[in-house]
Amino acid sequence: MNLKPETLQRIDEVITHYPVKRSATLPLLHLIQEDIGYLPSGTAEWVAAKLEIEPINVHGVITFYPMFRQKPIGRRHIRVCRTLSCALNGGYKVCDKLKEEFNTELGEISPDGEVTIEFVECLASCGSGPVLMVDDELHERVDVDKARQIAAQIRAESAARGPAPAAASPAAAAASA
Amino acid sequence: MIQPANPDLVTVNIDGREIAVPKGTNVIEASRKLSIDIPHYCYHEKLSVAGNCRMCLIEMGMPAVDPATKAPIIDEATGKQKINWIPKPVIGCGTNVSPGMHIRTTTPMVKDARESVMEFLLVNHPLDCPICDQAGECKLQEQATGYGRGYSRYIEEKNVKPKRSVLGPHVTLDDERCILCSRCIRFSREIAKDDVLGFTDRGSYSTLTCFPGRELANNYSLNTVDICPVGALTSTDFRFKMRVWFLKQTNSICTESSVGTNTVVWSREGVIYRITPRQNDGVNDTWMTDSGRMLYKQVLAPERLKSAAVRGAAASAEDALRAAAELLRASEAGSIAIVGSGRSSVEEQFLTRKLAEALGGAPVSLVSRVGEGDGLLLSADRNPNLRGALVTGLIQSLPPVTASLAALGAAIDAGKVKTVISIGEDLTAAEAGLSAEQLAKVSLITLGTHASATSAAAAVVLPTLTVFEKSGTFVNQQFRIQKFAKAVPGPEGVGDDLATLSALIAAAKAGASASEADTPAAAASAASCDVHAVWATLAAEVPALGTMTYKTIPDDGLLLDGTPYAALPFAEGEALHYKPACAAETAAAPEGAESRAKAPAAA
Repeated sequence: MNLKPETLQRIDEVITHYPVKRSATLPLLHLIQEDIGYLPSGTAEWVAAKLEIEPINVHGVITFYPMFRQKPIGRRHIRVCRTLSCALNGGYKVCDKLKEEFNTELGEISPDGEVTIEFVECLASCGSGPVLMVDDELHERVDVDKARQIAAQIRAESAARGPAPAAASPAAAAASA
Repeated sequence: MIQPANPDLVTVNIDGREIAVPKGTNVIEASRKLSIDIPHYCYHEKLSVAGNCRMCLIEMGMPAVDPATKAPIIDEATGKQKINWIPKPVIGCGTNVSPGMHIRTTTPMVKDARESVMEFLLVNHPLDCPICDQAGECKLQEQATGYGRGYSRYIEEKNVKPKRSVLGPHVTLDDERCILCSRCIRFSREIAKDDVLGFTDRGSYSTLTCFPGRELANNYSLNTVDICPVGALTSTDFRFKMRVWFLKQTNSICTESSVGTNTVVWSREGVIYRITPRQNDGVNDTWMTDSGRMLYKQVLAPERLKSAAVRGAAASAEDALRAAAELLRASEAGSIAIVGSGRSSVEEQFLTRKLAEALGGAPVSLVSRVGEGDGLLLSADRNPNLRGALVTGLIQSLPPVTASLAALGAAIDAGKVKTVISIGEDLTAAEAGLSAEQLAKVSLITLGTHASATSAAAAVVLPTLTVFEKSGTFVNQQFRIQKFAKAVPGPEGVGDDLATLSALIAAAKAGASASEADTPAAAASAASCDVHAVWATLAAEVPALGTMTYKTIPDDGLLLDGTPYAALPFAEGEALHYKPACAAETAAAPEGAESRAKAPAAA
């Protein structure tokens, strides 16, 4: 596990918040995903050793929650809401537009390494649907046009940052949030 | 009998019947005492309560009291205290009794709850009972009959999950059949202390898995197969071999070590198919080792001795016994030595002692067999019946742990011992420690089940029966005498061990009185040497066993007084239901044992 020193520091600190170490399983997984962008293989063993439990107990948690990723994602994580209000207001079209803009499929890294699009359950903003989130930033009342603008903006930011390195490092994704 | 008022007992009313049970008993156990069956899957009396299968739903109520005055509220119609029934069912496994608690297990609400739970459990359960090994001993099958609808309302596609995952060397998993009760997970965590099983994913995708890269390889893995209420976890050894309803069950005792695990031997038409543990809360609870379950394979092993032999040539049992008698007669007094065995039954050890006495007090050695104990159900002493040899007076002290037969070897080298009778031991094995040269110096009469260097070197070989082919008793590490019964017949041409020993005794006696005894086998008639007949003399001559007969020893054994032997340096360490005598004296209240007893409750 190649974690940043400050992540390791936060991990050691967060364990002290709980009466039993096991309770820190979820916070630790979040911290690792925030640092690396996903949970690489070996995470379960590493966390288990840290919390003095068996790896299977961590593995069960990782697979239980869809928010934990076991594969790298693009630099930006786009989550489009698929639940009722958004779906009625055109969420599916928004999602399709974004897929087309970035030439990618759901759950995959776009060819330019820029984004991973997911079609997710409710983002808790039903009054302003369709909604989507780019990393931690919420976009409301998104239609096909606005989706195109969001995509253009992401590409512009990417260009401003300079040409993407040949092997896009997914680790940068979380940092750009 | 009128029970004295016990403050730790709680009286509850189940389906209109009152019963007093110890505090902390749950509703399933309390009902069991009244022979009321509450169906359940995830609950297991030796594991922590998970409460996730919801099958044991019952109706519960408490006596009504006035909230202000705490006075009982009386129902005017009946004149009894009113019962406030909880409007929804509660789980029986997770509900502990409390004074005055009322339980109903037969109401429409309970029936509905069971039917609904069954329907949910069967939503994704494959209908492969016709090819499932668990069929016939499957709780899901039984309860589908009892509480199921008989037809399915489910028209959707069923889940598809891994059908034959190999979890370890002994266990194969069919994930589609799994009802996610988590018994195996709790067993691995709490009893085997090898936490490798868990659920991955969520909802109806939940899958029982072994952590990637690890395997369920501990020596207790097959217990997960026993406690699996459905056919998800199956024994790789027993899988697809035999329908359980064809098998005959015989109570037996595991010979792997001095623990004396109680077992059931499952056989059909003289062939053993599997061994499972038999519950004995004083010895092995409901568990046993994987290695002990595989011991039945020795019965049909290719090196099994199936015929008597005289100087390497196959002979009839009669001829071999006659040759043995000849050897004994030809040996001068004092030149015969006996090697007894901690693997022999109490009855055989008693007859071995009688044989030594008949030979004018021939010296008896025993082979020590010490391995590493696992602190659970495999003890350091790998002799199932070393204590039997003490109780029957075959030996007075424990054999040396290394090179048990060194003294005998020295006597052979000095030319003092010229004839050796070995009863069920390979004398050249590492723990026995005789050399091939030493064996060559003596005339050897050997009794054994399997071919070995000793049987190859023997002048007379008398084949014997394995534990599965005879009846008898063993004394385990707790000095608990436990009986085993004959499950399958022995191979043709192999005589009963007690008859063979009796014949040798008769030959020895005849030799001593210098009279002719041409047919020693006939001298020991079959009637005088079955296990019941031996017990008649055994009980008369061994004071410690004077109060019982083979018949009266209960299925869960009888504890003998071990205090006369408390000073002996037994090899066993602390284990499940066993504390070494010396350790028990030095630490009257060992903290370790207490905290361990509490641990499952806390978890």
